[in-house]
Amino acid sequence: MSDNQKVDKTRRNLVVATSVVGGAASVGAAVPFITSMWPSERAKAAGAPVEVDISAIAPGELKVFEWRGKPVWVIRRTPEMLESLKAVTAKLTDPASKDSLQPEYAANAYRSLKPDLMVMEGVCTHLGCSPQMKPADAKAEMGGDWAGGFYCACHGSKFDLAGRVFRGAPAPTNLTVPPYTFLSDSTLLIGEDQKGA
Amino acid sequence: MRKILVALLWAPATLLAAAAVHPLDPAPIEPRDLASLQAGARTFVNYCLNCHGAQYMRYNRLTDLGLTEAQIRDNLMFAADKVGETMKVAMTVKDGKAWFGVPPPDLSVIARARGADWLYTYLRTFHRDEQTPSGWNNKVFPNVAMPHALWKVQEDAASPVAYDRTVRDLVNFLVYLGEPAAQSRTSIGIVVLFVLGVLFVLAYPMKQAFWKDIR
Amino acid sequence: MASRLMALWEWFDARMPSVAQEWRKHAAEYYAPKNFNFWYYFGVLSMLVLVIQIVSGIFLTMHYKPDAGLAFGSVEYIMRDVSGGWILRYIHSTGASAFFVVVYLHMFRALLYGSHREPRELIWIFGVLIYLTLMAEAFLGYLLPWGQMSYWGAQVIVNLFAVVPFIGPDLALWIRGDYVVSDATLTRFFALHVIALPLVLLGLVVAHILALHDVGSNNPDGVEIKKKKDAHGRPVDGIPFHPYYTVKDTVGAVVFLAIFCVVMFFMPEMGGYFLEHNNFIPADPLQTPEHIAPLWYFTPYYSILRAVPPLFNSQFPGVLAMGIAVLILFLLPWLDRSPVKSIRYRGPYYKIALALFVVAFLILGYLGIESTTVWGQFAATQGSLMDRMLDTKDRATWVARVCTVLYFAFFILMPWYTARDRVKPVPDRVTM
Repeated sequence: MSDNQKVDKTRRNLVVATSVVGGAASVGAAVPFITSMWPSERAKAAGAPVEVDISAIAPGELKVFEWRGKPVWVIRRTPEMLESLKAVTAKLTDPASKDSLQPEYAANAYRSLKPDLMVMEGVCTHLGCSPQMKPADAKAEMGGDWAGGFYCACHGSKFDLAGRVFRGAPAPTNLTVPPYTFLSDSTLLIGEDQKGA
Repeated sequence: MRKILVALLWAPATLLAAAAVHPLDPAPIEPRDLASLQAGARTFVNYCLNCHGAQYMRYNRLTDLGLTEAQIRDNLMFAADKVGETMKVAMTVKDGKAWFGVPPPDLSVIARARGADWLYTYLRTFHRDEQTPSGWNNKVFPNVAMPHALWKVQEDAASPVAYDRTVRDLVNFLVYLGEPAAQSRTSIGIVVLFVLGVLFVLAYPMKQAFWKDIR
Repeated sequence: MASRLMALWEWFDARMPSVAQEWRKHAAEYYAPKNFNFWYYFGVLSMLVLVIQIVSGIFLTMHYKPDAGLAFGSVEYIMRDVSGGWILRYIHSTGASAFFVVVYLHMFRALLYGSHREPRELIWIFGVLIYLTLMAEAFLGYLLPWGQMSYWGAQVIVNLFAVVPFIGPDLALWIRGDYVVSDATLTRFFALHVIALPLVLLGLVVAHILALHDVGSNNPDGVEIKKKKDAHGRPVDGIPFHPYYTVKDTVGAVVFLAIFCVVMFFMPEMGGYFLEHNNFIPADPLQTPEHIAPLWYFTPYYSILRAVPPLFNSQFPGVLAMGIAVLILFLLPWLDRSPVKSIRYRGPYYKIALALFVVAFLILGYLGIESTTVWGQFAATQGSLMDRMLDTKDRATWVARVCTVLYFAFFILMPWYTARDRVKPVPDRVTM
């Protein structure tokens, strides 16, 4: 190998080595910039689980709580409401909640830990509007076979009393169920599982 | 306007012509002594947080000191429910002004403003003075509105050295409070300099390889 | 894979040939003198710091709140609650001081080698404009943390504008947007600091470099390399900027970053010079701190301001002197009458003048940080002639006055001493 070729090889090797280490150093330098955009401690503290008092919710009543800036619905479901869930299964997009978001303890027929208490985010899975509750007797506007549920005014999605979406709606999945646990019969902790997830 | 300007420009001179400054004792703090920091945290929460706040510090950050969230919740939280909350003080600015003449300043960055030596000396030079509203005065900060918040600690201390140690731990904690990231700052710095060293060891021969034929 | 990339590049190059053309013009075929020394790193390092400040500034702006009630807290939020926020903050605070270190050394290079002389006067003028913009940018940025020094430093400097005859008070009111420095001042300083002045700075830097590349770089010998070209039309003492100076500047950048990181990670406060202790106290409009001093990079001019005594009950002469001290830099290309450019071939007059200028500048800088009583008083008995004649007995003020005279003398006497200086013959080829 001539001297010139040797020099070229040395140059190229050093350029490659310096570039590789320099590139790695640049990626390392970029890390604090990228991570600075993750939720800050303040956001995480504000997004911490909330304790709510559910003792005053009457059967058939819905109460709205706030968690991470979102409305969370807690409904004390009557036996009739629970019965109606079985009847609508054929009209649902995702009856088994396979594509929807819920903790494993809510992946059952009632989508909840306790059948008579439904906890779900009141945020339409289409584009984020908050649907309105339409009880079973709202048959005049919702149709003759309406068994009770929710209607999203933005683009017409309909959900049943377990937050499951009806076919024909723009919303693709059932309403999201957040992690939650019972601290007692009258207190619910929204945002955290029993394991502390 | 011109008078204000002149005053502002010459004020430093006149103010410094005033009383001589009390000499400061060097604060014998060790930022990596977790036991000292924990003791300081306890003193802080028990004796300072009644009047002063540390509104930029979250309780759960105290896990830096080797504490668990449970320990923080059980031993250090009197004025807050959630461990993610900040160390706010119950006293309002209005009340503080009414009771002391000036609201007690927030202590989050007091160590960065005053320095560890100043705080260490200040907390150890309170003395009785009948002329002041609080009955206390201070050699480092004459006519300070703050009473001797640690007087019981000083009275109950086994010896003056024991009190000094309590103050040392408190000042150690205040320094930590001023910049919780200080320890990671220095450890990350060492890694960064090492990487730059490697980069230099490659870049300099690279430069020489290109510049060999230039004369 | 490589051939796919080549094909992609050729597609792009066919449609936007100016990218490759500019690369050739400004790097691969920009012939720079081969004898650049240590003083020639600081231009590139200035650009590096500019990029560092812009990038760190953008990420800080994601979390900072430009509101008088929230600003101080938002900085502590960045230091504690934002992941890696303390890194962003320290990069930006260290970068601000680093910028001035690098720019002062860059300007000093010009004084050493005559980089401001014909045909490079315009480069120098763009450079002084960059310096002025940089000082404004730093001043505006310093209000943002809303600490005691931020607030009172801004209050004092904006009040300087009030001293201008006739329009002064209205001018100060217009700058502040309020009767004192307040939330209105903070938000407009934020707008100027974050977007307006950075854009101006970028434009001026582009102009500065284009003007340089049109004429070609100077060098430590002050020899015009374009005077001797080879058969291909390339200067015989020139080497292509890329790869020679890209490679050399990489080393320079690594060393600079190492020093930068030592400061940033181990002494970001720099004893109170880069992050002032008083600025960790939230701004209090009712309580003036004992000792207001600007950041170190402004202190030479602050010294000059304080040194000039009031005339006819007006502080304006001091303000004027301070202003002229900066603006006189524009005149440098025309004040320098030496037949040679580089200090290597100049005589003793210039060397002594430059040395005195540097010493005066450094002393003025130090005195600007301290109070005027730092060196005590002259002993003059009450009622004596000296006591009655002197408006102040502070030794520091008198030293500052002497240094101010030396500072101005460097410029004002320059046409005289550079013309009469004994010069050495300048070689026609560069020396390595």
